[in-house]
Amino acid sequence: MLHLIIFLVFGAICVAGAVNLLVQTHPINSALSLIAVMASLAVEYLLLGAEFVAAVQVIIYAGAIMVLFVFVIMLLNAGIEERIPGSRVAMIFGIPSMLIGSALVAWVLVERSGTRSVEVGALPGDPKTIAWLLFHDFLLPFEVTSVLVLIAIMGAVVLASRPEPSSQQMKREG
Amino acid sequence: MVPLSYYLILSGILFACGVTGFLIKRNIITIFMSIELMLNGVNLSFVAFAAQWKALSGQVFVFFVMVVAAAEAAVGLAIIISVYRNRETLNVDRVNLLKL
Repeated sequence: MLHLIIFLVFGAICVAGAVNLLVQTHPINSALSLIAVMASLAVEYLLLGAEFVAAVQVIIYAGAIMVLFVFVIMLLNAGIEERIPGSRVAMIFGIPSMLIGSALVAWVLVERSGTRSVEVGALPGDPKTIAWLLFHDFLLPFEVTSVLVLIAIMGAVVLASRPEPSSQQMKREG
Repeated sequence: MVPLSYYLILSGILFACGVTGFLIKRNIITIFMSIELMLNGVNLSFVAFAAQWKALSGQVFVFFVMVVAAAEAAVGLAIIISVYRNRETLNVDRVNLLKL
């Protein structure tokens, strides 16, 4: 019972943060509500027993990635976003059909999917077990990821560095 | 005891919010944050199914998704900086020319 209450409380924080991300007009407010979503998702992971994933969620997602986002928002001095009036037909038909669709999906998941209840800490994913899997069964994907990260670093440096004035431009100026 | 379907519904709600934000937002940084929200929703269903099937590889996959998300954030934010440098705007509606 207590676990269900914890799940519902942090699930509500998750959904509220996600909706707040949509409603806010200033990107920094959206970023802060996204951090709230990620932190409460870490609690949901802990409820499922995924300790390692919860820690990584806080450190990498709520820590590193969101700091990068906030840094870019500050760097570019992003202001309040311009609102453009949307199509009224899309509002009239879109919102009810989205609600009906999500209610159907929820009904199927609750009643018909045959999923069981999950005990708290059902699958203990402590760092030791995860590391054993990662460096035995998933060693090749892990190494490929390192190449991917290297490429991403080089791409980010190339894209974000100030372009050098090309030789044509210099000729024109000189 | 929390039913697995509750986790899946929460993950679906987060994914739907991400899709909605991707469609209705005009600021390019907020659009990018919506993508991160979608990835988080998927991660939650990965961990929930891992608990149901007692398969730890689901949690390892979440780790890989996070690595890809980190790489994507680095490259995407660099692209955003480059777009802002060339166009002086973050509104996607004003980024409508292939060539300056």
